[in-house]
Amino acid sequence: MTAWIILVPLIGALINGLVFASGFWKKVLRGDEHTEHNVVNIVGCGVVLVSAIFSTILFIRLLSLPSADRQIIETLFVWIPSGDFSVSFEVMFDTLSCVMALIITWIGFLIHLYSIGYMHGDKAYAKYFTYLNIFIFFMLTLVLANNFPLMFVGWEGVGLASYLLIGFWFNDTEKAYAGRKAFIVNRIGDFGFILGIFLIFFLFGSVNFQEVFGKALDPSFMSGVSAVAITAVALLLFVGAVGKSAQIPLYVWLPDAMAGPTPVSALIHAATMVTAGAYMMARCNVFYSQSPTAQMIVVSIAALTAFLAATIAITQNDIKKVLAYSTVSQLGYMFMAIGVGAYTAGLFHLLTHAFFKALLFLGSGSVIHALSGEQDIRKMGGLRKFIPVTSYTFLIGSLAIAGVPFMSGFFSKDEILASVYDGGYMIHWILALITVVLTAFYMIRLYILTFEGKSRVPEALKKHIHESPYTMTIPLVVLAVLSIFGGYVGVPEFMGEVVGLHDSNFFDKFVSSSILLDGTRHIGHHLFGHWALVAFSIGAAALGILVAFYLYYIKPSLPDKIAESEAVKPLYELSLNKWYVDELYDYIIVRPYCYIAEQLAKFDTKFIDGAVNGVAAVLKETALTLQAAQSGLLRSYASLMAIGAAAILIIIMLWQNF
Amino acid sequence: MVFYVFAALAVAGAIVVIAHSNPVYSAVSLVLTLFSTAVLFILLHADFVAVIQVLVYAGAIMILFIFTVMFLNLRPESFKFDSKYMYFKVSVFFVLLLLVGYFASIGFRMGLKINYAGEPPDFGSAEGVGTVLFTDYLLPFELTSVLIVAAIIGVVAIAKKREG
Amino acid sequence: MAVSIEHYLVLSAILFLIGAYGVITRKNIIIVLMSLELMLNAANLTFVAFSRALDDMTGHVFMIMSLTVAAAEVAVGLALVVSVYRHKETLNIDVLKLLKG
Repeated sequence: MTAWIILVPLIGALINGLVFASGFWKKVLRGDEHTEHNVVNIVGCGVVLVSAIFSTILFIRLLSLPSADRQIIETLFVWIPSGDFSVSFEVMFDTLSCVMALIITWIGFLIHLYSIGYMHGDKAYAKYFTYLNIFIFFMLTLVLANNFPLMFVGWEGVGLASYLLIGFWFNDTEKAYAGRKAFIVNRIGDFGFILGIFLIFFLFGSVNFQEVFGKALDPSFMSGVSAVAITAVALLLFVGAVGKSAQIPLYVWLPDAMAGPTPVSALIHAATMVTAGAYMMARCNVFYSQSPTAQMIVVSIAALTAFLAATIAITQNDIKKVLAYSTVSQLGYMFMAIGVGAYTAGLFHLLTHAFFKALLFLGSGSVIHALSGEQDIRKMGGLRKFIPVTSYTFLIGSLAIAGVPFMSGFFSKDEILASVYDGGYMIHWILALITVVLTAFYMIRLYILTFEGKSRVPEALKKHIHESPYTMTIPLVVLAVLSIFGGYVGVPEFMGEVVGLHDSNFFDKFVSSSILLDGTRHIGHHLFGHWALVAFSIGAAALGILVAFYLYYIKPSLPDKIAESEAVKPLYELSLNKWYVDELYDYIIVRPYCYIAEQLAKFDTKFIDGAVNGVAAVLKETALTLQAAQSGLLRSYASLMAIGAAAILIIIMLWQNF
Repeated sequence: MVFYVFAALAVAGAIVVIAHSNPVYSAVSLVLTLFSTAVLFILLHADFVAVIQVLVYAGAIMILFIFTVMFLNLRPESFKFDSKYMYFKVSVFFVLLLLVGYFASIGFRMGLKINYAGEPPDFGSAEGVGTVLFTDYLLPFELTSVLIVAAIIGVVAIAKKREG
Repeated sequence: MAVSIEHYLVLSAILFLIGAYGVITRKNIIIVLMSLELMLNAANLTFVAFSRALDDMTGHVFMIMSLTVAAAEVAVGLALVVSVYRHKETLNIDVLKLLKG
């Protein structure tokens, strides 16, 4: 059954793709559009629902197993039987992949439902669902794989699906370029990942998870492996994660990826694909826990990413761009947790982030739908009266991400901050705390500017504002409920004790069985106890919310004046222009690369094509020259024969003498 | 002695064949060469073959040549000595002549002797030829008859005057 | 006075070369055919000479075969010449170069 979780979406993709997206139904069978629409919906959403149900069944089965044995492995077929290097299509359902599979399939299902409403009337409707199913297939392969090459297949596959979906409306060149940019930047990360896999095979002689991690946990084996090698493996794999999960310096594709349809942004660039890096690193916890150097690098990059992305998000004016940078920032949080060895904390944040970020994206999609495509928040405002469901769910999502107590985001973010503090990373902790302020600030800013206050919507659009259909609002409500209550699976112990609950951190215990080697270092200065840390994060969130509330609700004209003021203006410009990182990359990397590519192309035409043509020309000349011998003159034939005979005789004569 | 006389005759005839401008003279000279060769055959105790040579070669084939020359009414061609590749051809010829001399010198050292005494009694006679021809070489003999039939048919087909 | 076999061989070689020279040099195709006959005759002489030297009748038989083939070849060749002359009105082999190319 485990394998079917992966295969069912593939079947859905094949049906939708081959029958409907290819035009077979419409052009060859002359089917009608209504049936096509309905069948595509049922197949597209249905297969994901089936996968979700299977995942849930297996989840319950896992619960019934004792904690140490929570692992279901199934082998389908041997893919690469090459002597010592034997790779099979093997799936493993343990607690870690269980969590990921549940997120992917259930949230995926909700987003498929949402897409029915959002993509209604789009010309390439069937193609969209095909691509979405392909994405689910590859993503599930990624998380359920039991060896590195198969995981890499999923890794590459989701990159492909991402490219296809970002550039879905490819007739607009900008959008097509965004898709291309995503794929290329991703590729850079993939290169690191592949090198990591090679190194793993070189060191451990296998690429199967059980074998590799088994050897990596064995102290006698590991004494033969140098620390540099393990660090190298960890860092190479991290490079892959940097590309896929948009950390510095490879995050630049994610904001551009907002060119794709909003449900795509919700599914791929919020809940699932970008979290693949975090999953992969949690899976390889054995390596990271044995390499303090790699851990330090991961935490540092993650903290920097979280902070930097938040500083950009506070000034952005496109609703989706704010959310995109917010995603980058929250991914930074996840990686911070993984970096300090608190893998379950990172995954918990992954879970809650999937809830509220998907909610926020879908909500923004609903707003865009209501405003017939307008995405600039300066042209919004006062929408709460018109689209109440969207607006309340959006508010819930914003509060969750800000870390307001008793919502899911509060618990997960808190756990991360606590583990960073415990690990002794003071500076990173302070950065993360500042980022909490910024996060709360930009989310509340976004909410207020979009839904509250005076309406700045242009008159032409005002007439058409309408609440979204049920297919869109139901997922919003479901996700809002999850955003509030989903965090209660991971209430930290010290909080649970207060209300008399023992072992309240169910999530931690559940996932821990997959974490083979704990990597946390408890060297915190213990200046502050648990509750003090909680107080800090609540205070930070409150600070951000209050400042945003004051600036945008009470005195709405103030932010512009601040931005124009002398002291702030340069910083404002830097933030608004994303710290000019894209321009920097263009100047340093893209232009020289294109120049080299052009030179090589010229070289190719001149030399290589020239060589090939030259050979042909030489042959032609030779043939023309030799043609002179075919004169048709009997006499020359005869004389040539005589000369030839004489030559042979001479050769024989000379041969005999020697 | 006899050998040298007739050898010289043969060579002289050959030179006239290739050198003379009038084709009829060439043809007649070729007859002379063939006759001399027949005499040489007799010197080699190949009686039957010599007679066959005179009958077929000098008799039938040369008649055919002379027929054709007369039939086509050929004029004596001008034998220009300064045609393009003349010097080249002459030099090739002399190279080949040198080669002949070389191989001859080898041959003289080899010393393959003619057995003037112990040859079989019917060597070279019709009996001798017949014995070998109809036993060991029967197949080639039959094949030559096929060849001649083919040649006859071919000739008739090619040289026929087409109507219209 | 007995002549050794080499004399015959040298003679035949000379006759052959003279024939070859005629084939290469002459313009008239009938003369070329005649020179060809000369070459064949020289080969026949070699056959018979060796047959005498080795006391084997095979040489004689081959000479007869060669003669037969020469006869057939002359017949067909002359038929061709006649046919060509009818079309082209010339027997100059420098002109008859339809096989060019």
